[in-house]
Amino acid sequence: MHMLKIENLHASIDGKDILRGINLEVKPGEVHAIMGPNGSGKSTLASVVAGKEDYDIKEGSISFEGEDIIEMAPEDRAHMGLFLSFQYPVEIPGVSVTNFIKTAINESRKAKELDEMPASEMLAKIREKSSLLEIDRKFLSRSLNEGFSGGEKKRNEIFQLAMLEPKLAILDETDSGLDIDALRIVANGVNKLRSAENATVVITHYQRLLDYIEPDYVHVLHQGKIVKTGTKELALQLEDKGYDWIKA
Amino acid sequence: MELKENILSSFIVFEQNVDVNKPLHQKRAEALKVFDQQGFPTKKMEAWKYTSLESLKKTNYNLLPKASEVLDYRNVKKYFLHEMDTYKLVFVNGEYSSFLSETTHDGVDICLMSSAITKEKYKRVIDNYFDKIADTKDALSRLNTAFIKEGGYIYIPKSKAPIKPVEIVYLTTSEDHASMIQPRNLIVAEENAEVQIIERHQNLTTNEVFTNVVTEIFAHKSARVDMYKLQMDTKTSSLIDNTFIEQHEKSEVSVHTFSFGGKLVRNNLNFYQKGSYIDSILKGTTIIEDTQHVDHYTLVHHAEPNCESHQDYKGIFSGRSTGVFNGKIVVDKIAQKTNAFQQNNNLIVDDKSTVNTKPQLEIFADDVKCSHGCTIGQLDRSALFYLQSRGIPKKEAEALLMYAFANDVLESVKIEAVRKRVKEQIANKLGVHLGFEF
Repeated sequence: MHMLKIENLHASIDGKDILRGINLEVKPGEVHAIMGPNGSGKSTLASVVAGKEDYDIKEGSISFEGEDIIEMAPEDRAHMGLFLSFQYPVEIPGVSVTNFIKTAINESRKAKELDEMPASEMLAKIREKSSLLEIDRKFLSRSLNEGFSGGEKKRNEIFQLAMLEPKLAILDETDSGLDIDALRIVANGVNKLRSAENATVVITHYQRLLDYIEPDYVHVLHQGKIVKTGTKELALQLEDKGYDWIKA
Repeated sequence: MELKENILSSFIVFEQNVDVNKPLHQKRAEALKVFDQQGFPTKKMEAWKYTSLESLKKTNYNLLPKASEVLDYRNVKKYFLHEMDTYKLVFVNGEYSSFLSETTHDGVDICLMSSAITKEKYKRVIDNYFDKIADTKDALSRLNTAFIKEGGYIYIPKSKAPIKPVEIVYLTTSEDHASMIQPRNLIVAEENAEVQIIERHQNLTTNEVFTNVVTEIFAHKSARVDMYKLQMDTKTSSLIDNTFIEQHEKSEVSVHTFSFGGKLVRNNLNFYQKGSYIDSILKGTTIIEDTQHVDHYTLVHHAEPNCESHQDYKGIFSGRSTGVFNGKIVVDKIAQKTNAFQQNNNLIVDDKSTVNTKPQLEIFADDVKCSHGCTIGQLDRSALFYLQSRGIPKKEAEALLMYAFANDVLESVKIEAVRKRVKEQIANKLGVHLGFEF
């Protein structure tokens, strides 16, 4: 059974075609890497799967666990177990990291007709997941992403991933803006959360992250299409030769 | 009968119950004359371009509503900061309610305007301060002065501070007719004195109420005065708030205005700086809907060097509501090294609501820092998507962002119970149960 199945997906924004026939299948337990030069449509793909409304879906389908999700609101997709780690997490002054994550968890539980998570359980979970990502407790009482460094923002994204425990995590350029230590912590966090039941899609421009999060498949996106699919060796080739040899 | 004629004839009745031989009454008569000459402001005047008083002028208000029977505290408790201890100056239909009030003369005077203007022991303060900064050319503050009778009187001597904040609450209960009330507050903080005040106007009926209130605040050297205006009245109530503040060297005065209720609200907030190293803080949050109208008309006059002013007003408008912000800053030639900050941000939730925002800077000094900015916009769509992608439903996500938007203004509120009350009101206004604390 496929967890995520994208067929012939075409998407455009302001009349400009960005995705031109994407096909992708992700099964539980798998890690997929999507690589490609700037402007190839990587982030658009991530946003469209997560439900951003700005895009016009002209053709194709996206199904998640057998259900067509194209018309679904982003929050409903999240409740089904889909998670997007943002390339540029949005700063929200006045809402602390802790209160934000509590709200997110309890809204998901509400959608599943579960009671709110007991405070003690929530606290224990926050403690566990923040130490996994080596996050300082003081950090959790700060306003969401406000004044965070690039590394702090990304670490906070993976902390949310750890707290929400989605079935499918899409990591959009999670490595950008990270130094090597932060990269290791973030990758370590992602790896610890992997299981046979969940899956990960890693979107990246560089091979570097894939040294830490080993993909089962590597796809190359070019001009809104997947032009090549291979194993992790493909990523190494790309690192060596750049993207030009694939475009040709 | 138009309101103006109603007012003029009511004055004759009003005179029968006050001592017309006092100099104060001369002041009343003079004030009435100015009002009579000018009449109510109209939209033709620049300062009233966006706020029309036409509907108020057509309403047949009783200017001299009868005192009510005694109110049971339990029934009005929710209009007070009941979770904390406060001094209370409570007025029902414009008359003092000793039953609901708690005054003091213990080192400070927290009592009534009616005593202050009649008793000898307050004469010095009244002579020095009463009607000294209220605009003598402005029709509405003249109208208030003409009917001066009752209100809050707070006098804090040098280096004193009351042990708890003061709540000034005006309740109206006139069941059988529309009422117009005109309270008058005077607050004097001598050198290094300190006081915190919460002001509220509350209509307990479904009748129309029109309140035209004047407050004069004097903050002497190094005094600190914080005022919180909780404008959460019913949608049949209109309020014109005329507040005049005179500040001396090193004093700090803040006025927070939370405008969530009312039919028509106009805040004329005037700060006059009369010394150096003064800090003036003006903050406001407006959240209105339906056909509500809130107008903030602020003035900060910097007249000495090295002073600061901080203005931060946020508004969230839905339905056909209308908002106005006009922020005037005057910096005299002598007032070098002034630092004047002004910000007005507005969120339009429905296409049908309107906001007019205008900074008005008159700067005659050359070495000053004046920054101002105003925005009118909608919720940040990428922020909304971010929250939704974490499983927070759209409506809750919108509320959370509005909360965050309005939160800036709450940060500088020094009384926890005020902050709590305002947060509850915001949640209530936005119509959601928020599963988070801020």
